Amino acid sequence: MTDVYILIELLQLSIYGIVLGSILTLGAIGVSMIFGILRFAHFAHGDLITVGAYVGMGFLMMTHAPVWTALPAGMIGAAIVAVLIDQTVYKRIRRTQPVILLISSFGIGLILRSLVQVIWGPNVYSFPGGIQRPWMVWELAIIPNHLWILLAAVVIVTALHLFLTRTRIGKAMRAMSDNMDLALVTGIPAERVIMITWLLGGALAAGAGVLLGMDSRLTPTMGWNILLPVFAAAIVGGIGRPYGAIAGGMLIGLAMEISTLFLEPSYKPAVAFLIMVAVLIVRPQGIFKGAW
Amino acid sequence: MSLLQANDIYGGYGGADILNGASVRVEDNEIVVIIGANGAGKSTLMKAVFGLLHVRSGQVLYRGEDITNRKPEQMVGRGIAYVPQEHNVFPSLTVEENLEMGAFAIKGDLRPRLEKVFSVFPRLRERRRQDAGLMSGGERQMVAMGRALMIDPKLLMLDEPTAGLSPRLIDDTFERIREIRSLGIGVLMVEQNAKQALGVADRGYVLATGANRFEDTGKNLLDNREVAEMFLGG
Amino acid sequence: MEISGIAAYLVSFFTFVGIYAILALGLNMQWGFTGQFNIGIAGFFAVGAYTSAILTTPESPWHVGGFQHPFLVGVVGAVIASALVGLLIGAITARLRTDYLAIATIGIAETLRLVIANEGWLTNGVRGMSNIDRPFSDFFQAIGLSSAMGSLIVVAAFLAGVYFLVERARQSPWGRVLRAIREDEPATAAAGKNIGRFRLEAFVVGSAIMGLGGALYAHYFGFLSPEAFLPLYGTFLVWVMLIAGGSGNNKGALLGAVVIWTIWSGSEFVMSAGLPEGYTGYAGPLRVILIGVLLQVILITRPEGILPEKAPRAIAKGRRG
Repeated sequence: MTDVYILIELLQLSIYGIVLGSILTLGAIGVSMIFGILRFAHFAHGDLITVGAYVGMGFLMMTHAPVWTALPAGMIGAAIVAVLIDQTVYKRIRRTQPVILLISSFGIGLILRSLVQVIWGPNVYSFPGGIQRPWMVWELAIIPNHLWILLAAVVIVTALHLFLTRTRIGKAMRAMSDNMDLALVTGIPAERVIMITWLLGGALAAGAGVLLGMDSRLTPTMGWNILLPVFAAAIVGGIGRPYGAIAGGMLIGLAMEISTLFLEPSYKPAVAFLIMVAVLIVRPQGIFKGAW
Repeated sequence: MSLLQANDIYGGYGGADILNGASVRVEDNEIVVIIGANGAGKSTLMKAVFGLLHVRSGQVLYRGEDITNRKPEQMVGRGIAYVPQEHNVFPSLTVEENLEMGAFAIKGDLRPRLEKVFSVFPRLRERRRQDAGLMSGGERQMVAMGRALMIDPKLLMLDEPTAGLSPRLIDDTFERIREIRSLGIGVLMVEQNAKQALGVADRGYVLATGANRFEDTGKNLLDNREVAEMFLGG
Repeated sequence: MEISGIAAYLVSFFTFVGIYAILALGLNMQWGFTGQFNIGIAGFFAVGAYTSAILTTPESPWHVGGFQHPFLVGVVGAVIASALVGLLIGAITARLRTDYLAIATIGIAETLRLVIANEGWLTNGVRGMSNIDRPFSDFFQAIGLSSAMGSLIVVAAFLAGVYFLVERARQSPWGRVLRAIREDEPATAAAGKNIGRFRLEAFVVGSAIMGLGGALYAHYFGFLSPEAFLPLYGTFLVWVMLIAGGSGNNKGALLGAVVIWTIWSGSEFVMSAGLPEGYTGYAGPLRVILIGVLLQVILITRPEGILPEKAPRAIAKGRRG
């Protein structure tokens, strides 16, 4: 009897884990792409996630459009913000050591978080839709929003995959990540590729943000709070390898949710961190093989 | 007017100059080889011509136009292609994608260009869907040269195209280079395999401490006793 | 404001400057000397603060402790504890590139913050720890000084001591190896130096200094809660101070602490005076934006800081000779 109960609990948590994992994946792919091409860990990525969520919500408040439109609106907004940040700040310090970009991005993250507070205030927001009645499948509760979140993540990742493998600029992104010097002598326009990278990174971050907001609530620190799991997903998948980030995201998401069987839920980020540290010790190149 | 003319080039990597007045000239449909001891500045001269390192003094002319210190992107746009010695393929891209990257800036259908490359390197056609990172050294060299040919260059610059290849593959590579010349392309290359390289080259330069030491037709340099003693193993 | 109010403000101002200067010197040991990227200063700061608090506070029903050790024991404990955390993190990340160190340090800082907030038995969680005595307050009262003034004197003394030590370290052969690693790692390795070991030593020393800063903070402020160890206060301000002052230069770290703390606390006055009624809630985020933008401006226009690092004389001589 108790065995069945534990099984149900485990399956239920796995569903949550896959939902969280798909959100983390969207963030981690961006972190991984930016690392692959610009060679630095982007510490403002969490706050880009927040910006995306708030822009999406702001769009709904202004237009009263259907809820799903928050996703494209947020993605466009955060993509523009990411490119603006790169053009005004990162571009100017790119020629120095990449590590300077890292501290700069940490500061950019704080600026973004504070801007969200200034523009939207410290209040907690939620996407409209209210509390959803879960569907009961066998003994498992499935929240409709979770299905939508998963579907949206699959669509976004598939679109990205097609972009990276079917378009010339997408292939150029992979080429630059492979070998920057060769890309330059080949005549690939680096600045243009970098701009596209920020567009995509920002859009993916916003995807994560809107979906995260649909799953819970919007707070100015929502993105910062999942930055560590996002980095963990990127590193477990092998940083600089966006496809690994999918597997990394799922693994981290599942581990975080299943850990609540025996740990306080507030320790979820610490679980992600510990897995990341274990991976760094055993296999610094990440668990999953393959490149872009 | 020469295809390429680099006159009296001085430059280096920020510190002391490595090039001390080196010059090189390439005509249309000509294979020109640069030989010299390690550290003579051969690869450095190639990089200086292609805008990869700062030319402090001197002039690089391409069909009479001054292209000194232009960006590699602009060199490619003018029909100059460069193949570095190492790490010269994108390992996670397929062969075909590598070739496509060579023609990044070219609009329109790439298929005729691909066909042309495949006619020079038929093996690449068989392997077009394979990741370049999984290929042998010789095959990678083909991918790298094929990638450079995608822009339909007028001038192809090769930095030690036969480095690390087996003797059979070295012969094959020089054979391809001759074939490339027959397409109407001028070839400027740096080589360690001096004897064979001078054998295929129309003209050659011998570089020492960053300046020209000898300059003659390939055949004459092969016959030159001093050159033979220095580089050709007597 | 009355004279006494101004005096009290200045005492508090300089005490904070002193504590931040110690943190900045610790960071300089890691980043300025060795190029190691610690973005989890708040974590080491917190370990020091809580260790000292637990060791010195009287018994409380709310958290572990009741050891009532003297102030200096608390400080030593804080230094040892944060050095151990530094050793752990440093050993794990020693062979990895800088970005991993950055991520690992922020991970440990955030994890520690979660532990502090959740493990009530240890730290009283979000309700915080109080009754942390100011250092030697009996002594200072006996000679007629306030306990706050006493804290300032103690902080200043520790700052002087740390400054003396890190300056000595910088000029020592050990310090020169550290800079050599930062400038040209392969060459230093080729010269037969055990890079990982030097790096780890610098990281542990820097972490210990940060722990000391944490202990001094705990005893000055008298109250600890997880809020104080958000990355903004614990980590970000210290980074801005070091970069503004000039990383690699210990004097720069001191100057940066003074300048940035002046701007940071001064902006509080300006905002509370300048913001219209009903908008005072925006003061916090606006101040962060101010400092954040300042950092970007410094990185773009003067990345070497106000006081750039100079090549120490010993090396310059060596080159000439």
